Amino acid sequence: MASKKDFVKFDKVDKSYDGKVLVVKDLQLDIAEGEFITMLGPSGSGKTTCLMMLAGFETPTNGEIYLDGKAISSIPPHKRGIGMVFQNYALFPHMTVYENLAFPLRVRKIPKDEADKKIDKALSMVSLQGFAARMPGQLSGGQQQRVAVARSLVFDPQLVLMDEPLGALDKNLRESMQYEIKHIHESIGVTVVYVTHDQSEALTMSNRIAVFNDGKVQQLSSPDELYEKPVNSFVAEFIGENNTFGGEVSDISEGKCKVKLANAEILANPISVKGKGERTTVSLRPERALINPSTKMDNLHKGKIEEVIYHGDHTRVRINLLGNPEFILKVPNSSSNLDIKLGNEINIGWNSDDARALDPK
Amino acid sequence: MSSETKQILTTDGIPLEVSLKKAEKKNKIKAFLLVAPLLFFLIITYVFPIGDMLFRSVDDKMVTQMLPKTFKAMENWDGQELPDEEVFAAFHEDFIKLVEDKREGKLSTQLNYTKNGFKSIIKKLRRASKKFEEGNYKEQIMAVHKRWADVEYWRAIQRRAPEFTGQKYLKGMDMYVNEEGKIVSVEEDRRIHRVLWLRTLEIAFFVTVFCFLMAYPIAHLLATLPMKYSNLLMICVLLPFWTSLLVRTASWMILLQQQGIVNDFFVGIGLVADDNRPEMMYNKTGSYVAMTQILLPFMVLPLYSVMKTISPSLMRAGKSLGGTPFVAFWKVYFPLTIPGIGAGCLLVFILAIGYYITPALVGGASGTLISNQIAFHMKSTLDWSFASAMGLMLLSGVLVIYWLYNKIVGIDNIKLG
Repeated sequence: MASKKDFVKFDKVDKSYDGKVLVVKDLQLDIAEGEFITMLGPSGSGKTTCLMMLAGFETPTNGEIYLDGKAISSIPPHKRGIGMVFQNYALFPHMTVYENLAFPLRVRKIPKDEADKKIDKALSMVSLQGFAARMPGQLSGGQQQRVAVARSLVFDPQLVLMDEPLGALDKNLRESMQYEIKHIHESIGVTVVYVTHDQSEALTMSNRIAVFNDGKVQQLSSPDELYEKPVNSFVAEFIGENNTFGGEVSDISEGKCKVKLANAEILANPISVKGKGERTTVSLRPERALINPSTKMDNLHKGKIEEVIYHGDHTRVRINLLGNPEFILKVPNSSSNLDIKLGNEINIGWNSDDARALDPK
Repeated sequence: MSSETKQILTTDGIPLEVSLKKAEKKNKIKAFLLVAPLLFFLIITYVFPIGDMLFRSVDDKMVTQMLPKTFKAMENWDGQELPDEEVFAAFHEDFIKLVEDKREGKLSTQLNYTKNGFKSIIKKLRRASKKFEEGNYKEQIMAVHKRWADVEYWRAIQRRAPEFTGQKYLKGMDMYVNEEGKIVSVEEDRRIHRVLWLRTLEIAFFVTVFCFLMAYPIAHLLATLPMKYSNLLMICVLLPFWTSLLVRTASWMILLQQQGIVNDFFVGIGLVADDNRPEMMYNKTGSYVAMTQILLPFMVLPLYSVMKTISPSLMRAGKSLGGTPFVAFWKVYFPLTIPGIGAGCLLVFILAIGYYITPALVGGASGTLISNQIAFHMKSTLDWSFASAMGLMLLSGVLVIYWLYNKIVGIDNIKLG
């Protein structure tokens, strides 16, 4: 199947509720067919609004949304043929699981025997065979969630939208549901647009992630790229853990730059700085810094251990380094030979490639 | 050894059940004492008056006590021909006693309920009895008026002998026990109560329907509008609640009368001719309009409280799954509002069925309800036992509706807030 690159296309979409504030600003987004794309961002960043515009419950103030090449702004929600899973499941409480699943098939006038087959298939997909006669109120949260997923898929939509569907579940259930939804997506190849504010959920499930903030997509890339190569300090801060140094570029050459801090100078990878004298925030992932590195690293500084927190598989060490008292290191528990004790002075080293000089905070 | 029958003991060796009862006894007493004031209040203000009403509606001791000797003498009378002297003498004796106590008026009122025409002949008898000579009372009483010589009137007296009677209930249904002791309907042109019962049901039914049709969209709007607008709308809905019922009804009188604002408006837009203004008051229309407006909040509030709990995402889900807005409403939203509809309809219907002031003021002759008839007997004819009987009939009618509702919809499905 030749998949389209722009199966869903947001073209210069603006959205404002009150005519004063833009909730979504000039959104330009292409979603390929069969892709699992996640809109990730803090609350109020405009991600749910984008989803609602796609579903048809909100209309764009400006711009157009295309689904499979057709402009859909003037098509009402019930004619778009988009499956949707809601935050609170939105199962019809007065209908059995079977009737809930039969609803989209009945309104499409699908004959009963064919509908029954589809319902069976959808229920077995979420491993809920034998639950057809239950009422939603008799199911646990996780089971309700599965029914909601099955209902959004039962009528074979080309596109499924999920609005923070796992938000109400506990941690373990949430994790297992993440894998389950991911596997369903892989097995039937439907296009999924998923909204969440939970970054680990986004990293686990998605092909690509669009990080939203302040009505704009800050970065759109694959999970690994998003984590390894954030393009600005918001993304660096929002995804995963992050150590930052604020300073001023004092020299820039050959893909490296010197950043002057309050009382030291570090080498960094210039991502969004162009010339001398610019303010910048240098971002460094905790696992990229090492204690007493055995190999040569172009940044090597002394710091004092302020706090040691045992985390099972690793130990988190908080160090006062170069004027940043919140510098975090993750030390795997296998490296027990290191002298990690409160108050010790230790050498910390990292490669300048991993220290990304981004826009100032 | 079966473990079920074995008693479980606490660590101190007391059976668990005993220990539990002991522990909970204090709480139970406390709980009872807390509800006791309400319980007594209910007994005094609710159970006792209804019991009294029930008693009053069947109680017929008054005449029995006024004419004890007469009824004793009548035990031997077969009721075929005029009673003999013994009965007349006893009646005379009872009557003289009543005249001494100045209670013969009451007797005439009571006997008049049973058969028309007693009032005047008792008055005549009182005057004549002063000059009665001893002995041969039959002749003397029969001479007072020809009705005293009519066996029908003596049978009417005999019918009042039992201490309890159900005849008030029969009267409420336009029926009575005729001379042969059979239950029959009164003549067609004298039936008033059946018409009133049917009209009460009809008006209550249509007022409920109108209220439902008007309240549903309002309640929906209330439940979905943003807070600042919905609060304003809520005040508009509740405003009638804060105004006196009398004031509201009176304002309908101003609006609906023939020279009133509504009629002026109709004439103004050319809907009706000036000399042909429709009568919208002192008939059923008046009752419908005013009662619908007054009872509307009772429909809006239960509907609102139910609609408020329906998540907007359910309608969205219905639409996103392919249902047209109507299908989504009819299959998803509407079924979820049924508990509110049930509560609202039951409330409005029951209130409407017993409505009094509004129909009395704007209903005219064709718009009055059974409660107006009850009030009439309470205040004008002073036939309290008849008023009680009709009140109880109304109450049992409401209970039947409640029972039917429970059978059909289920009272557990009701939601008032």
